[in-house]
Amino acid sequence: MTSVHEPSELAALGFPEPRAEGCPFDPPPAYRQPAGRVTLWDGMPCWVLTDYHHVRTVLSDRRFSADVRQPGFPFLSPGRRELVGEQPSFLRLDDPEHQRLRRMMTGDFLVKRIEQLRPRIQRIVDEALDAMIAKGQPADLVADFAFPVPSLVICELLGVPYDDHEYFQELSRRLLDSTAGPGAVAEALDALTDYMAQLAASKKGEPDGIVARLATRDDLTPEEVASNSVLLLLAGHETTANMTSLSVLALLQNPDQLARLRAEPELTRGAVEELLRYLTIVHNGLPRTALEDVEFDDGLQIRAGEGVLVMLGAANRDEELFGDGDRLDIGRDARRHLAFGFGVHQCLGQPLARVELQIALATLLRRLPELRLAIPFEDVRFRTSALIYGLHELPVAW
Amino acid sequence: MHVTVDQDRCCSSGQCVLTAPTVFDQSDEDGVVLLLQADPDPSLHSRLRTAAALCPGGAITLTEADR
Repeated sequence: MTSVHEPSELAALGFPEPRAEGCPFDPPPAYRQPAGRVTLWDGMPCWVLTDYHHVRTVLSDRRFSADVRQPGFPFLSPGRRELVGEQPSFLRLDDPEHQRLRRMMTGDFLVKRIEQLRPRIQRIVDEALDAMIAKGQPADLVADFAFPVPSLVICELLGVPYDDHEYFQELSRRLLDSTAGPGAVAEALDALTDYMAQLAASKKGEPDGIVARLATRDDLTPEEVASNSVLLLLAGHETTANMTSLSVLALLQNPDQLARLRAEPELTRGAVEELLRYLTIVHNGLPRTALEDVEFDDGLQIRAGEGVLVMLGAANRDEELFGDGDRLDIGRDARRHLAFGFGVHQCLGQPLARVELQIALATLLRRLPELRLAIPFEDVRFRTSALIYGLHELPVAW
Repeated sequence: MHVTVDQDRCCSSGQCVLTAPTVFDQSDEDGVVLLLQADPDPSLHSRLRTAAALCPGGAITLTEADR
């Protein structure tokens, strides 16, 4: 466990690695190995950690840096390296800069503030569903429901015109493609950053929306406003959209769980936590760099300067914490899952994501009691090469 | 059981508010944790342990009474 391998003897780890045949909801076997070292696409040696306690420790211990500018920082792909950009968003900075920026936005995502948005989110969900039903069967749940709902919500919160959604969704799809060729990710990032910079400039001094508020502050540069607004836009719709469609598919594939949730809608909150755990859509490993030598409780040693990838999906199947973890069980207490990450970088938007998922799933099950797949399960196409796991489309009937 | 919070470690995840809303609140401005009561009723202790375990910033410390 603590022996230092020469990079040449290490197995290469790619992103994505294939999932087991017939198990598209389970993490790729290569991401469930015991702790060890691998080499990445650029020949860089790197630790891969999969145990719940290792993962939780790395994410919450300040001796591990999330700053992309650290020497030794592991990049999953050439595209991830291109994403560094001139001005990292707070996701890719350490405290104190990270905390300074993040706390400018936490007020917008407070549990109590999001709770006040429930009626508005319910309306958005109902209108999206009305439109999908009016369009007729079969419908694509991804394009007609799962994407519009969180996109509309985050656009309203940010003050981004929803009419531009096709433009920024196409850019975000390219941005998050872990198999994108050289230059493609940087190009998409530049376009999205320019779009946001122009929007922010036009909103300076306006009262409504997060972008306007950030643009009006005198302690942020225009570059900081743009890069952090882009992060919120991306994180605010790709994640919930893919969680929604994957959750529906997982429930359809587990008819006993689906029947239980229909019969007991009061289980919705817990079911959402369990779906977050079971699906863990941030499926490729979170990168960190050790700033100092670190010894874990079990003797594992990581040295200063070494890169680390932590696998949220494997940690969320940890048998000690989540018995029979490969099974979807909406009745279990899954609250200790790490699907939103852990530590100071844990998802800023998690209160919003929870409420959106609770309302979207509960409404869908209530209004479409006969909801079913309109194609064979084997034909469903998963977004394996996207940074956020999900579905390309989900044809459904009702 | 005695509760203390470290506002500097708080990440405003809201897990404590969801778990034990009579003990924790968040500031309206930036969501930083506010402690409503430092010595909650024993009926809340198991919720407090959950809140401390769920806190991503490790901002909640529980001191068990000796007796």
